[in-house]
Amino acid sequence: MMQITDNSLQKQISPTTSTAFLEFDSVSKVYPTAMGSYTVLEDINLIIEEGEFICIIGHSGCGKSTLLSMVSGLTKPTTGEIRLKNQLITQPGPERMVIFQNYSLLPWKTAYENVYLAVEQVYKHKSRQEKKEIVLEHLELVGLTEAANKKPAQLSGGMKQRVAIARALAIRPEVLIMDEPFGALDPITREEMQEELLKIWRDHRATVLMITHDIDEALFLSDRLVMMTNGPAANIGEILEIPFARPRGAAAPATQDRMRLMENPQYYELRNYTLDFLFRRFAHDDALA
Amino acid sequence: MTVNVDNRIRKPNFFLSLIKNPPKKLLRPIVALLFLLTLWQVLCSSPDSNLPSPIQVVQDTSEFIINPFFDYGGTDKGLFWQILASLQRVAIGYSLAAIVGIGLGILIGSNQFVYDAIDPIFQVLRTVPPLAWLPIALAAFQEANPSAIFVIFITAIWPIIINTTVGVQQIPQDYKNVAKVLRLSGIKYFWEIMFPASVPYIFTGLRIGIGLSWLAIVAAEMLVGGVGIGFFIWDSYNSSRLSEIILALIYVGIVGLLLDRLVALIASLVVPSEQQQ
Repeated sequence: MMQITDNSLQKQISPTTSTAFLEFDSVSKVYPTAMGSYTVLEDINLIIEEGEFICIIGHSGCGKSTLLSMVSGLTKPTTGEIRLKNQLITQPGPERMVIFQNYSLLPWKTAYENVYLAVEQVYKHKSRQEKKEIVLEHLELVGLTEAANKKPAQLSGGMKQRVAIARALAIRPEVLIMDEPFGALDPITREEMQEELLKIWRDHRATVLMITHDIDEALFLSDRLVMMTNGPAANIGEILEIPFARPRGAAAPATQDRMRLMENPQYYELRNYTLDFLFRRFAHDDALA
Repeated sequence: MTVNVDNRIRKPNFFLSLIKNPPKKLLRPIVALLFLLTLWQVLCSSPDSNLPSPIQVVQDTSEFIINPFFDYGGTDKGLFWQILASLQRVAIGYSLAAIVGIGLGILIGSNQFVYDAIDPIFQVLRTVPPLAWLPIALAAFQEANPSAIFVIFITAIWPIIINTTVGVQQIPQDYKNVAKVLRLSGIKYFWEIMFPASVPYIFTGLRIGIGLSWLAIVAAEMLVGGVGIGFFIWDSYNSSRLSEIILALIYVGIVGLLLDRLVALIASLVVPSEQQQ
């Protein structure tokens, strides 16, 4: 008897106080336009646990960026709520740091100064020396010690993205929001950056939300892959659990590195399933035409 | 280090070679100038010409050229003092215009509501010719000198306001998002993002403003009187000393050029190198 009561109690409490770290509760986003209102996202419900690596995939116009922008607080949901640790998200803040698609480094500041600006904002109580050490430590983490005093114009795309990552990680965000962070990089740099991101994520255990267009990238990086239906009024079509053991990539035992992972029959199953979702079940109009 | 050493050696060489064999870029304007002077000389050397020839100008004004510092009291002063008086008026009017203009521009540029409210008014006011303000200024200040300064102020302020507004409005959304996510304070946002992002535009406005100020001061002083290059020209005309007018015009042109270059120099020092075109 007792056992059963306990269980039922737990079940009742769990939706509000459980492991839900980041929670989307019936979130919709409607933009007013000259042609009437345009619903971008409709009734999104999603619970993300602490430390999860979530990738979001979907055709352009499906509201992925809008979804992440609402987590960052740069835009607000029209209806519904997004809660981080049961706190309603109402405005942007450094605990939900964003890595923007185009890096968003300030061109008049060096790599060091760009990171320092963020560190200075978040660690207000720390001494100058401590802040300096934090900046240098994170530039080293992304392999940019040499380039610390260079300005963005002197850095390659990959290096700029590293600075943006260093800036984001240096302030220890609870949620790391990335909108196609590697979209502009060449394939080789892209793979390197994925490896580095995994390594850093393993060490720092931030919760990651990442938009990608690349199915292989999503399968390689994420714990769960959120697949969006097409807009208008897009929704979460399906959530795919990615079962591959961690660590993945270069840090993994040789039986599990990227090559082996891609040879895994299950990998192909998941890949084909995602492709089927994107290009058959929810094919974009452009793709059909 | 190597770059520094290079520069040190190259600079004197550069100037030496400039004198030894002047580049075409320098030679061309000299030839053009000599041509124009000759043409002027030919056109104005007949005895019944209304305007003096260049040689005549130099002969008539040798006293002014040799001694720009004389001071016989009243408005009878050397050209140095005349230009200095004009420059002082410009300095006060232009500085005020810069401070008020940049301040207003930032306010208008960063607030869509204020922009919508004020921009149409400014678009009308900025087309009012500088001298049209003078009677209002004279009526308001009841004195010549503040009125002249006001004309400079009102002439220079429009391009400064408008360019600052555009500079603030064009700040990329990316930078603003970074500021929001990091929760930069107002002062920090100004110094770290708004100022460096909009400063090239501000200096475009400042440069147009200084040019217009110098254009307006001559006209304003002609009407207002007192010591100053504008009244000097008007006074010379009334006394039929045409050579002095021509000399003054040359000085006005040179000073205007120097003012423009001075603002450009300050811009090159203040604007971050990544933001310079």
